[in-house]
Amino acid sequence: MNTVFYISAAVAIISTIMVITRLNTVHALLYLIVSLLSVALIFFVLGAPFVAALEVVIYAGAIMVLFVFVIMMLNLGAETVEQERQWLTPEIWAGPLFLTLILVAELIYIFTRNGLRLCGVCIIEPKKVGIVLFGSYLLGVELASILLLVALIGAYHLGKHFKPAESRKGGS
Amino acid sequence: MASIPMEHGLVLAGILFALGLIGVFMRRNIIFILMSIEIMLNATGVAFVVGGSRWLQPDGQIMFIFILAMAAAEVAVGLALVLQFYHRFKTLDADVASKMKG
Amino acid sequence: MLKLLWLIPALPLASFLRLVFIGPKLSRSGIALSGVGSVGLSTLVAILIGINFISSPPPGYVYTQTLWTWIHIGKFIQGISLYLDALSLVMILVITVVSFLIHLYSVRFMIDEEGYSRFFAYMNLFVGSMLTLVLADNLLLLYLGWEGVGLCSYLLIGFWYKNAANGNAARKAFIVTRIGDTALAVGIFLIFNNLGTLQIQELMKSASQNWPVGSSLAFASAALILGGALGKSAQLPLQTWLPDAMAGPTPVSALIHAATMVTAGVYLIARTNVLFAMAPVVQSAVALIGTITLLIAGFSALTQLDIKRVLAYSTISQIGYMFLALGVGAWSAAIFHFMTHAFFKALLFLGAGVVIKSLNDEHNMLKMGGLRKQIPLTFWTFLIGATSLSAIPLVTAGFYSKDLILLDTWLSEKGSPWLWTAGLAGAFITSLYTFRMVFYTFFGKEKSQVRLRPSIVMTIPLVVLAIFSLASGFLELPQSLGNVKIFSHFTEEALPALSALPIKTSTKLIIQIIAELVPLSGVFIAYLFFLRRVDYPERIISTQLGSLLKRFWYAGWGFDWLYHNFIVKPFVWIASINRDDFIDLFYLGMAWLNLVFYRTLSRTQIGLVRWYAMGIGIGAIITIAIVAFS
Repeated sequence: MNTVFYISAAVAIISTIMVITRLNTVHALLYLIVSLLSVALIFFVLGAPFVAALEVVIYAGAIMVLFVFVIMMLNLGAETVEQERQWLTPEIWAGPLFLTLILVAELIYIFTRNGLRLCGVCIIEPKKVGIVLFGSYLLGVELASILLLVALIGAYHLGKHFKPAESRKGGS
Repeated sequence: MASIPMEHGLVLAGILFALGLIGVFMRRNIIFILMSIEIMLNATGVAFVVGGSRWLQPDGQIMFIFILAMAAAEVAVGLALVLQFYHRFKTLDADVASKMKG
Repeated sequence: MLKLLWLIPALPLASFLRLVFIGPKLSRSGIALSGVGSVGLSTLVAILIGINFISSPPPGYVYTQTLWTWIHIGKFIQGISLYLDALSLVMILVITVVSFLIHLYSVRFMIDEEGYSRFFAYMNLFVGSMLTLVLADNLLLLYLGWEGVGLCSYLLIGFWYKNAANGNAARKAFIVTRIGDTALAVGIFLIFNNLGTLQIQELMKSASQNWPVGSSLAFASAALILGGALGKSAQLPLQTWLPDAMAGPTPVSALIHAATMVTAGVYLIARTNVLFAMAPVVQSAVALIGTITLLIAGFSALTQLDIKRVLAYSTISQIGYMFLALGVGAWSAAIFHFMTHAFFKALLFLGAGVVIKSLNDEHNMLKMGGLRKQIPLTFWTFLIGATSLSAIPLVTAGFYSKDLILLDTWLSEKGSPWLWTAGLAGAFITSLYTFRMVFYTFFGKEKSQVRLRPSIVMTIPLVVLAIFSLASGFLELPQSLGNVKIFSHFTEEALPALSALPIKTSTKLIIQIIAELVPLSGVFIAYLFFLRRVDYPERIISTQLGSLLKRFWYAGWGFDWLYHNFIVKPFVWIASINRDDFIDLFYLGMAWLNLVFYRTLSRTQIGLVRWYAMGIGIGAIITIAIVAFS
């Protein structure tokens, strides 16, 4: 089982690198879906099958699909690919790469400072998750639902097509 | 199940997060920036689940569920804004929206 | 009765406040009632207190009244305390009586001015401050009064502020006296630092116990107090402001610059006489300065053409006599001369005011003449004042006071025949310039016509002052002429007596006779030169030495030129170099630095989202680093 973890970890990392270096938006999205699926596998290996399913269903299944729909609506053509190529020059890479390398180094230093501890020795069932979720974290659940409601209303409102500014009087 | 050192899981989360961060810094296309943010959110979720699994408690998973809810909300609103952005500026270049300079 | 002491300074100050707040709304008579009435009431109270004090004196001839504690900081406790003894009683009587008469005179004199209430407000403030000064029990309250009279002097000299020259004269007076005030302030600091008290009687006692005679502390404090006195009393080297202060209205010149403020220095030295006794060098300096000043001012008065400037230089000269008396230890004589001088100098100024007003603001004596037929009452009172100033023997008060000073100069341990000779020469010059003034103004051909004659409100003060100029001398007659010692017996309750050397009676008689003859000869020569043979002085002036001396003396012995070129000009030059104030650079620099930071920071706001994200990232890295590596 350990090897499964390491292999899917490698896949996740490689596909994420591919995400951020693609020129075509749709290609990047597909690679992102691959990354998410491998992360789901990692969750499964760690003994959290519930969130593994959630990852696939919601993250890869809903959020990424939403992305795909929007990109299809935007109807970007080949010139965007050309634009991306112009934008992605090595000079652009250098700075962020340097900064994040420092960040990664710091994080690894922090994580591995105090020695290694083991995890993932048993499966945590959805039932247990459900009991705690609707037990101690009930307030969080309610808040999350309100948040989703707000997002729904916000997205609806922001997504409306407004008429051009010249033919309107005052604010919306 | 597998007995994996927690630190490896956390390092994985850190690397994924860093990759997302590079994406945010580097790309000019708004869609890519949003995608990189999703990558970062996902990475933090990995960290939480790893932590919860270490202590054999469902709290990590619950935290992941909340993060998921939040990411969904954010993507919805964000993409609506991207649509508005495209409608107004006719391009997806993030650098065009720089009227707040100075 | 003595409990009403506080009313004496309080009444004029209350009137000042009233005039400040509702003065413009009152009618002329209302303002006059307030202004003159308050001083009149003060006079009444002063006279009643004086009668009470003399008839049933309090123990030790001293009465103190503490009103309230002014400042209380640790060991520094100063109260508003009034101190009445023989010296301050004489002072308040003279000040209130003369002020009342001058206020009465100004009711009519200033009637056409639009600043009528302002004038009386300032005058009342002045009288209040002066009374505070002389009644003060501690040096801090005295300094308060000191500053108050300086302020009022500035305000009143520049009364007609619309003319810039008056403002300049007022500023000059204020700045020159400020130099003296600063010396006095430093002296007060020194005294408090070393003796721990500012209460005058206490500090004198403490000084005589703790400081050896001639020690440097005594020298320093006495010298600094002398510095303050020099400024206010317009003695060398701070005498340049008084002639220019004649730019103010004539009642102002009469009150402030003849009778009261300029004698504040004399009062101060008399009050702190123990300190001066303990610093004999400084006391000799007082006498020397007085002597030199009286001669310098006398010569300058001889060449002036403006009638008020003659009187100004005459004031400087007479105060020199008072300083001479203080310097040789003749404390009572100095105060006696102060009293008589207040009366006849105020009289002369008020008379000059009548002359000026009646000739439609004409100040130049050469354009006057023969006025004795046109304004006879003014002429007679002016003549009485002039004879008193010249110390014409036997009838005038001025004679008795000046004679006393000269006698004491010869008799005193600290005096010397040289000082006596200089005083005598000064007396000769005094009578010379005084009668020059009288002859030019009232005798000879009539050159201008009198426009209006003085009203009775203006002539009553003249008459009263004339009576005082003659009668007040009889309080103190020398041994050979009647031996009346009322005045000196009274003041010796507060001031030390003269320490005199023994002398043969015949020598004393000879001195006195010479002192009597000298002023008379001065009058005679003035008659000769300025009335009979007017060509003599013209011939003297036209010689080379004569014209040189005349110009030199006219310009006040060149002090103005000296100060202007050696003090004022360098200061103005330094100020103009420092136009962009180098101290300001520090503050401007701080503002400039902030601006630089602002511009730099605003350049980081480029509006690009990725740039801001980078900023967040860098911040995160730094924060994690701090957490991780600390």
